[in-house]
Amino acid sequence: MARTLTSRRASHRLAADAGLLVVAAAFVLPLAWVVLSALDPHADLRVKLPDGLTLDNFDAVMTPEITFTPLLNSLLLCAGGTLLTVACAALAAYPLSRFRSRFNRPFLLTVLFATSLPITAIMVPVYALFVQVNLIDTMEGTIFFFAASQLPFAIWLMKNFMDGVPKELEEAAWTDGASSLQSLVRIVLPLMGPGVAVVTVFSFVMMWGNFFVPFMLLLTPDQMPAAVSINEFFGNRGTVVYGQLAAFSILYSTPVILLYVLVARRLGGGFALGGAVKG
Amino acid sequence: MSTATDPGLEKRPGPAAAPPRRAARPRRVPLLRVLPLTPAVVLLLLFLAGPIAYCAYIAFTDLQLTGQAEDSFVGFENFTTAFGDDAFLNAVWLTLVFTVISALVGQNTLGLALAALMQRASKPVRTLVGGIVITAWVLPEVVAGFLLYAFFRREGTLNAVLDWLHLPTQNWLFTLPILAVSFANVWRGTAFSMLVYSAALNEIPKEITEAAEVDGAGGWRRLWHITLPMIRRSIGTNLMLITLQTLSVFGLIWVMTRGGPGGRSQTLPLFMYEEAFQKSMIGYGTAVALLLLVVGSLFSVVYLRLLRTEV
Repeated sequence: MARTLTSRRASHRLAADAGLLVVAAAFVLPLAWVVLSALDPHADLRVKLPDGLTLDNFDAVMTPEITFTPLLNSLLLCAGGTLLTVACAALAAYPLSRFRSRFNRPFLLTVLFATSLPITAIMVPVYALFVQVNLIDTMEGTIFFFAASQLPFAIWLMKNFMDGVPKELEEAAWTDGASSLQSLVRIVLPLMGPGVAVVTVFSFVMMWGNFFVPFMLLLTPDQMPAAVSINEFFGNRGTVVYGQLAAFSILYSTPVILLYVLVARRLGGGFALGGAVKG
Repeated sequence: MSTATDPGLEKRPGPAAAPPRRAARPRRVPLLRVLPLTPAVVLLLLFLAGPIAYCAYIAFTDLQLTGQAEDSFVGFENFTTAFGDDAFLNAVWLTLVFTVISALVGQNTLGLALAALMQRASKPVRTLVGGIVITAWVLPEVVAGFLLYAFFRREGTLNAVLDWLHLPTQNWLFTLPILAVSFANVWRGTAFSMLVYSAALNEIPKEITEAAEVDGAGGWRRLWHITLPMIRRSIGTNLMLITLQTLSVFGLIWVMTRGGPGGRSQTLPLFMYEEAFQKSMIGYGTAVALLLLVVGSLFSVVYLRLLRTEV
């Protein structure tokens, strides 16, 4: 019995490997296109081996106008939004995690409810509202909205990470005369460093990839982040140079892929996006 | 998910029952409970609750983008207009098709299949496939849109593959636009379901499946009678979340088809955008947004109920 099970397992493994590789092949084709085209002097729309390797496409897009300004704008928007999100979430998570109050549960339920609202739906009213209060086409307005839209999920994640830090350590610090703010900054946050890192990276990645928010709230071309400026390759420049589009796509995507790899282990298990996905 | 318990901090302040530690720090605690929440609450009220409330208001007005000094209250007119508007009904239908094909069927089933196969596959294959699928998920929305635009175009990769297999080719973005964007969304979103299901499957004790295997239960029977019942809560949360994510997809479809040709891939978010900005009917566009928000909220409430015991 044991042996038949083992041999059956081995054949199952082969079948599983084969099945996965077939699916992976279908998934990899669009990705292969962007990598190969970026290096191809004569790139078009289909996956093919390059006619010869070149970095000309990267050279061509590495100008202030095409690459550096949009990426800098993205960085300003996302770093600002992330900073605001993480700071507010860390502060808010503290009382939610440390003190029991009859408001905690309704507050957390509201936050969890807000994490799953379709933010896309409110972009039209947000636009109308921003026009009225003169926040339209401003970096700070966009940063505030980014932060608010990411905040429910960040609070939720942060609270769960903070629950994992034993309260005894903090109490010891209090006995030694530390204030609550001191114990939060010196004891709790360092101990949940990996958790803070996950919230930070996750918020940043979500904002970096977001198209609709800056597309709606920013109007001046100089302020456009990469998510929106990439449209220029199709719009005003006449014929699309696919090799350059691919090269730009790679430059724009690399930071978030690297950041994701950095926290992948902690994000793993899929709990991250779900917030509370626990079988 | 439960708060660490400390009886001293759980009771609300009361003069008689004040425990020693609280007595030593009598004033700071109530302030400490409210003050740190303030920045977050202010941001959420101003930039999230505010727009939602404003959304609920302008959906009942005839606010337009230009030329109109005063908007006036029109009651349910925007909504009655919507339900008599073929373009709106078309968008509702396409949103339904898009959600069912890409979320319920595509991402959910493919994610579960990938997770189940990964349980058995060898480690290098698992790492490789996981890496590829997750990369598709991490890519910025617009980049994913371009990659799949290139994939589905007449001169794109899909047709090259079909040609190589001697199968008929066609201009996918023109003949079957809603199917093309649905597949694009499957490509982009499957990783999420895969991660959720991998986590769920890892929590099933090995002994249970092994016992069933020894008793001679085949793969499908084990899946149907053991695995699926054991992960049913993950299935519920996964379906809720991917449905909500799919309802709000804008950038992917915008990049691939702009909702066209002739509105044949125009889901509700794109319809809302077009009415509000290209046709300057902010009031009408917002009414559509409000409907989307209400549908999303209903899903969100169901999701909360699924998680009820865990908060």
